Amino acid sequence: MSNGKRALRLGIAGPVGTGKSSSIANICTALADEFRIGVITNDIYTDEDARFLKAAGVLPEERIRAVETGACPHTAIRDDVSMNLLAVEALESDFDPLDIVLVESGGDNLTATFSPALVDAQLFVLDVAGGGDVARKGGPGIGRADLLVINKIDLGPHVDVDVEQMLDDAREAREGQPVLGVSRKIPETVEALAAWVREVHARFVKGDHTPVDPGPMAPHFHADEEADGGGYMHTHEEGEAAHTH
Amino acid sequence: MRSRSALLVLADGRLPTGGYAHSAGLEQAIRQGWVNDIDGLRDFLRGRLHTTGLMNAAFAVAAWNALEEDTPTEAAPTSTSTAESSTGTDILAEAALRDLDAELIARTPSPALRRIGSWLGTLMLRSMRSIHPHPLLDAFPKDLQQPIVYGAVGRVLGLSDADTAATVLHEAVTGPATAAVKLMHIDPFQAHGAIIDLAYDLDEAAERAADFGRGDPAEIPALSAPLSDFAAELHEGDNVRLFAS
Ligand SMILES: Nc1nc2c(ncn2[C@@H]2O[C@H](COP(=O)(O)OP(=O)(O)O)[C@@H](O)[C@H]2O)c(=O)[nH]1
Ligand SMILES: [Mg+2]
Ligand SMILES: [Zn+2]
Ligand SMILES: [Zn+2]
Repeated sequence: MSNGKRALRLGIAGPVGTGKSSSIANICTALADEFRIGVITNDIYTDEDARFLKAAGVLPEERIRAVETGACPHTAIRDDVSMNLLAVEALESDFDPLDIVLVESGGDNLTATFSPALVDAQLFVLDVAGGGDVARKGGPGIGRADLLVINKIDLGPHVDVDVEQMLDDAREAREGQPVLGVSRKIPETVEALAAWVREVHARFVKGDHTPVDPGPMAPHFHADEEADGGGYMHTHEEGEAAHTH
Repeated sequence: MRSRSALLVLADGRLPTGGYAHSAGLEQAIRQGWVNDIDGLRDFLRGRLHTTGLMNAAFAVAAWNALEEDTPTEAAPTSTSTAESSTGTDILAEAALRDLDAELIARTPSPALRRIGSWLGTLMLRSMRSIHPHPLLDAFPKDLQQPIVYGAVGRVLGLSDADTAATVLHEAVTGPATAAVKLMHIDPFQAHGAIIDLAYDLDEAAERAADFGRGDPAEIPALSAPLSDFAAELHEGDNVRLFAS
């Protein structure tokens, strides 16, 4: 940023509750002395995530901002990134220079990924509590995000998940792209996550980093009690971008 | 050039300008028990059309008329040389736009609504600069109320002032009508039927807005609706909400 470039924009996607906010807290805890970091959260109903991160005390409060996404968290990171883009730009200009801006998706389901119009790189967060077979299910985030984090590995024994097996399945689904098992209770895993961010930042600053689009949403299921069959499958193809659910 | 196709693009709710995160006060009106069913929604939409909708449309027309008749409608080359941006500044009647903005703010008692108006205006400007690069938009001031930005966007897209007004009015009713299906037990077909039922009123209001907007801006009536001002203030204080406004 100080060399006239903007901050590295890093997206954090993944289903609700897997540990997106916690991953941001982990990254900030490990890297706050090394990089000037800002955070944008995308909550669905409240500014819970922004509050959680402010309470965690990992960054000065004013560098954590919430964006409201009108009940459609996936639209805000893909079909219409305008609110997030403006929020990121405002944060960068208010705290110039920033090195890294982390954008937390509101969290939806397995299918939502960030548009390269918003972020330079993205990590996708799953957790062991979601079940050992989730990593095999694939989809754009699991398969093609720049990094897949399997979080809460400390919980493996408590939820009957073989963590090593889950990591292997994930590596296979990603054809060698990076996968990290992380627990905030195991410092070396947090350090490995920080090392990955450090490396992406170094590539970004050198101009060696090319944003990769994990691809559009896969067909997915929306639970809806009132619909026949308790929900519906759909894709977010063109013409359906501003759908309501 | 008067472009029908550009009009349709601008009026399309899928245009990525952040509008989908807003319900135009409907969420709070439902929470307060002011709107409970399809008849309530019809009344809400009619009220919005004839108050804030008409007034905002008149200001969009006034902004359109404050800009030069010969504003080029061709996209600017991607390079932004100083020569081009000064062309933008020349076209831009900045003082007149700021006066219009002040007139509109004077007719918008709620501080929350003023903040939302300038946020949406800045979002629309940010998005349109990417969607349709143009020296007028590059030179256009940030933080102006959304209707003022609509006036400029109508100009650079080659719309007439009355069509620009029609777009503002269209958004004033389609925004809350589409939000309604996420907020209440309502048949989405009926919600759209409510919009169609207002078609004649909308057309007529666009012409009235054009008449107001072509005259002395100080004479544009203050048509804001007190309950929407209350709703906006109450909404800001609500911690749990689906829509930003
Ligand atoms: N045991 C354990 N729990 C964690 C870990 N990371 C996050 N959590 C818990 O998982 C829950 C959801 O985390 P959060 O970061 O809010 O998820 P988000 O919805 O994806 O942002 C919280 O209760 C966290 O305390 C971890 O490494 N180990
Ligand atoms: Mg979170
Ligand atoms: Zn959605
Ligand atoms: Zn969906």
